[in-house]
Amino acid sequence: METQAWRIELELDPSRPDPVGDSARSALSHRGLPIEHKVRSGRGFLLPASLSRADVDRIASQLLADPVTERVKVFEPGQADSKGGTTLLVRRLPGVADPEADSARRALSLFDVKVAAADPVQCFRIFRVEGEINSDELVRIGSRALANPTIESAALGDQPVHPHPVPSLRKFPRMEVALREADDVRLDLVSKEMSLALSTLEMRAIQEFYVAEGREPTDIELETLAQTWSEHCKHKTLTGPVCFREFAADGELIRERNFANLLKETVFDATRKLSPEWCWSVFKDNAGVIAMTDEIGIAIKVETHNHPSALDPYGGAGTGIGGVIRDILGTGLGARPFAAIDVFCVGPKDFPRDQIPPGTLHPDRVLEGVIAGVRDYGNRMGIPTVAGTVIRHPGYVANPLVFAGCVGEIPRDKVEKLVSPGDRIVSIGGRTGRDGIHGATFSSEALHEESDTIDSTAVQIGDPITEKKVLDVMIQARDRDLFSAVTDCGAGGFSSAVGEMGEDCGAEVELASAPLKYPGLSYWEVWISEAQERMVLAVPPAKLKEMHQLCDLHEVECTEIGTFTDTGRLKLTWHGDVVGDLPMEFLHGAVPQPSRKADSHRLPLQATAWAQEVPERDLLLKALAHPSCESKEWVVRQYDHEVQGGTVVKPYQGPYGRGPGDGTVVKPRLDLKNGVAIGCGIAPSMALLDSYAGTACAIDEAIRNVVAAGGNPNRTALLDNFCWGDCRKPDRLGSLVLAAEACYDASIAYGAPFVSGKDSLNNEYRVGDEETAIPPTLLATAIAPVNDTKRCPTTPLKKAGNVLLSLGVTHTAGGGSVAAEILGLEDSEVPRPDFSTAPALFDALYQAIQSGYVASCHDLSEGGLAVGLAEMVLGSNLGCRVDLQRIPGADDMPVSATLFAETPTRFVLEISLDHLEAVAELFRTLPWSTVGEVQDNGGKLLIHSGDDLLHQYTITELLHANGASA
Amino acid sequence: MKPKVLQLFAAGINCDRELAFAFRCAGAEVEEIHIRELIQNPDRILDYQLFAIPGGFTYGDDLGAGRILSVEVVAFLRDTLLKFHQQGGTIFGVCNGFQVLVKAGLLPGIDGVDVSLSWNDTHRFECRWSRLLVDPALGHVLPANSILPAGSAHAEGKLVLAHPEQAQTLADADCIALRYANLDGEATEEYPDCPSGSEAGIAGLISPSGRILGLMPHPERCLSEQSLPDRGFGAWGEGNTGIDFFRGLLSRYLSQAETTVASS
Repeated sequence: METQAWRIELELDPSRPDPVGDSARSALSHRGLPIEHKVRSGRGFLLPASLSRADVDRIASQLLADPVTERVKVFEPGQADSKGGTTLLVRRLPGVADPEADSARRALSLFDVKVAAADPVQCFRIFRVEGEINSDELVRIGSRALANPTIESAALGDQPVHPHPVPSLRKFPRMEVALREADDVRLDLVSKEMSLALSTLEMRAIQEFYVAEGREPTDIELETLAQTWSEHCKHKTLTGPVCFREFAADGELIRERNFANLLKETVFDATRKLSPEWCWSVFKDNAGVIAMTDEIGIAIKVETHNHPSALDPYGGAGTGIGGVIRDILGTGLGARPFAAIDVFCVGPKDFPRDQIPPGTLHPDRVLEGVIAGVRDYGNRMGIPTVAGTVIRHPGYVANPLVFAGCVGEIPRDKVEKLVSPGDRIVSIGGRTGRDGIHGATFSSEALHEESDTIDSTAVQIGDPITEKKVLDVMIQARDRDLFSAVTDCGAGGFSSAVGEMGEDCGAEVELASAPLKYPGLSYWEVWISEAQERMVLAVPPAKLKEMHQLCDLHEVECTEIGTFTDTGRLKLTWHGDVVGDLPMEFLHGAVPQPSRKADSHRLPLQATAWAQEVPERDLLLKALAHPSCESKEWVVRQYDHEVQGGTVVKPYQGPYGRGPGDGTVVKPRLDLKNGVAIGCGIAPSMALLDSYAGTACAIDEAIRNVVAAGGNPNRTALLDNFCWGDCRKPDRLGSLVLAAEACYDASIAYGAPFVSGKDSLNNEYRVGDEETAIPPTLLATAIAPVNDTKRCPTTPLKKAGNVLLSLGVTHTAGGGSVAAEILGLEDSEVPRPDFSTAPALFDALYQAIQSGYVASCHDLSEGGLAVGLAEMVLGSNLGCRVDLQRIPGADDMPVSATLFAETPTRFVLEISLDHLEAVAELFRTLPWSTVGEVQDNGGKLLIHSGDDLLHQYTITELLHANGASA
Repeated sequence: MKPKVLQLFAAGINCDRELAFAFRCAGAEVEEIHIRELIQNPDRILDYQLFAIPGGFTYGDDLGAGRILSVEVVAFLRDTLLKFHQQGGTIFGVCNGFQVLVKAGLLPGIDGVDVSLSWNDTHRFECRWSRLLVDPALGHVLPANSILPAGSAHAEGKLVLAHPEQAQTLADADCIALRYANLDGEATEEYPDCPSGSEAGIAGLISPSGRILGLMPHPERCLSEQSLPDRGFGAWGEGNTGIDFFRGLLSRYLSQAETTVASS
């Protein structure tokens, strides 16, 4: 028999506006179900049938419903809404996490009612059409338009709603997998059937090991090896041998280079050569750590979370940010997060719906979902999302990218961690479910086939409040020295966390002691589950009591699941039976490195064919409206980018908060004058033409962002995030090798070491028979300390009469630029930073800013000089006049190139006349010139060539084109 | 002796650091207490002069912003808080703390008005700076009709009334503390100067006693010119109004404390 429950429905009073209902109406219309009537939204709850009517009424009015805005309807257990034929109820599939329901369950205890763990407390969403509607159509179309079928189902309100059943306990005896006698075909089959994603080579290495051991592996041992040896954890491609060949456009082989370890000989090598004393931890922990002051370090990490976000943008982006926050919490003995970064790459806005590959969401829906996911997770965590961008390109339609980053502060004496044998292995935070097992390999179809189990938990739902409580506990426990080591539970769950922490000593884990979300998990599922919001700590026995007390106070679950040992082995038990026993040495040291081929074929790129004439007036307005330049203020305003009170250089600036900034500056400590500048660079359109140049430009952009905001270029650290296609294909890996070489060259030239990084190397999709990779995408993140945030310049114009300076030389190369795309200029030469002059330029600008000479500063990026100037105007209510003939490099250059070329390492500065002489002295060896002045002209941008006025623009039309709030 | 502030902590509170910093800048001594500790011994509140609930997303704002914490406050702290208030203490809530005070029935503190805080008209989280017009009812904290810049950062900040005419009842009872204002300093309900569409442009409420106060935007984010959107170029004042606000809140205890010191 179905379980019964009280059903409570809350709907907004008819006099109240209902934006959720309105947008549901338009979502249904978009999908082909036009509705004449209004759609009203509501919330619903299922409560245990054992409650009395009086209790249910009390709970509904005092806990669930808003007394002013909502009306309550209560249906007895088993009853349906007889008038519910035009109402759609959307609820989560069985086993999908529902933090709101968990909160409701907890709150019921405040009403003196008894609710057993097995009693249902569940939530749903309601959409009621006011008037006639075809019910079947409503369900059919509503299931997609108003629900995400991967995690939700929809049904009509005139049907009874039964609570999801609680799964029953199952027994899981120790399982062995016959491997020793297997041939290659059989090895591959095992890998495939168990979703291990291990290659034949790797399976053979495992087979050899067990032949020598004289026994068969258990299932959990294979799962552990698969997790530990995964591309995600071991980065086999980037740390493996690569044979690289580069060919000229005419097919001639021009260069060969063999790498024994690609990353070690490029990115890591630059860091090793530079190894400045202000880098406190590089590439060995969850995040890199650099010095902000002598006592306080800055931990930073940027992750990719692409595939989950493609399936469920909201949940994927939320758990992406949740995961990288845990990386920061798990750095050293725990850093305190104070800023978050988010970069999204999605398909074009106007992408035709009928060309969307099957199983893929429209780019707009992806973007809306990922923004909401970051917003709802980051805002609840109280971590300001301060930096990031949105890239639109057709190459991301089927494979969007989501980068999530986090920055934390950590005392210098907490940067190192050391596990001691005898420390207890303690898991704190969320419970373990089937979440994320084998990543996204469980498709939604497979989920329905086993509806009595709870496999839809392959999709992860974030629970930010659980993570916030973990954060609160972690920082207090750190400051009280309650643990000796920590790491986050990320990919691979306990298997990776415990495996990593115990690598140098050994560990024993009793899997039955892990607290579960629901019964019925097998031991290997407990071991590799990627359930969110968990951290693993090594707690010395003497500190256990205090640790438990602290967790109790904060209502954080804290469970001892094992002990670190000195055996050098990983031993796993399940109710006392040994189910796995592996030497750490084999687990971590024996992964075979595949050798890969990498080929790069240069494209036949010509000089950019800018027209000789003065460009159309509209070109600037079109550039401002281009997805790369258009205002992202609407995104930023949804993030609480000011929580913690330290955001002193904001993403959007000026009196109206609509001028886009370069880097953002955040103060981790309100009582200090120090801050941290954060910048991002990404240039996939350039990298598509020339991977080396595009990567170098992305790195230059990240660095000029932080320098423009007042960061110290001599203390700037970098992060790399490589998102590439399938690097088993030589052409994909070829462009990656060039990017890695660009990373090395830029890092050495700028003296900016890479301190952390991450890669995601299988971003491909199939259209027909053709497999297409995403554009080569290197996200460069730069971070630099700021000595005194008072000195930080912003981009909006400040004062009439001040002079404008152009710093850095402009070249004509325009390949991959915004203007080239708008003008339809053929693929052409991509700009490159001049590594010989750029560092001196950054340094001189830093000196000028430090001396207090710089009133405003804007780096020139997408849209070049023209967009840069327009942005300085639209952030203020002043205007300016510039003379293009005075721009360094402009001689003999078409005006279009001067205005729109995207040469890196260039800035526009606003300087008071009083400081001009001193600035001239600082810049004396550099390409710079005064180019105009700030005017109180009602916000006009006047573009001259000598005495000729070429074009003028009003602030109103600039704002309109840019889509900024007026 | 410094005025003593007790600041509540609970799961999901996340503006605690900057609020404590603001109170300290204004001259107070601040202690923080977790609600689970406080409900063991609610009378601890009586040892302080100001009780503050910071912003955040208590319990995830599940079931409505501040709802679950407000139920806890009613169940465990309400009687003590009323006694504390009667003895001369001040109760202060910002953002989520304001939502809690309203939903716990501690604000506006008069009969006949049904107030709640609901979703912004945009149905979005809105993070933007707001100008708040100081009502004469808040004249003991900041000069009447002056402007307090503060950071709005909320999704459920629209003050709603059961009936529109209740706005007048609130005004008549001197319960409106702050309204959103435009660049000219006039009260407004217009977006984006009023980020939520709040009825009568109300940004904060105060009890007739003047000692229970709550507001949606964050004055604790306005402690220096560097925090302002234009970094002190004039359109948003000089950046120290936030500290003036907290000094104003504590002023009666600052003078009391001085008196105590002088007489002892």
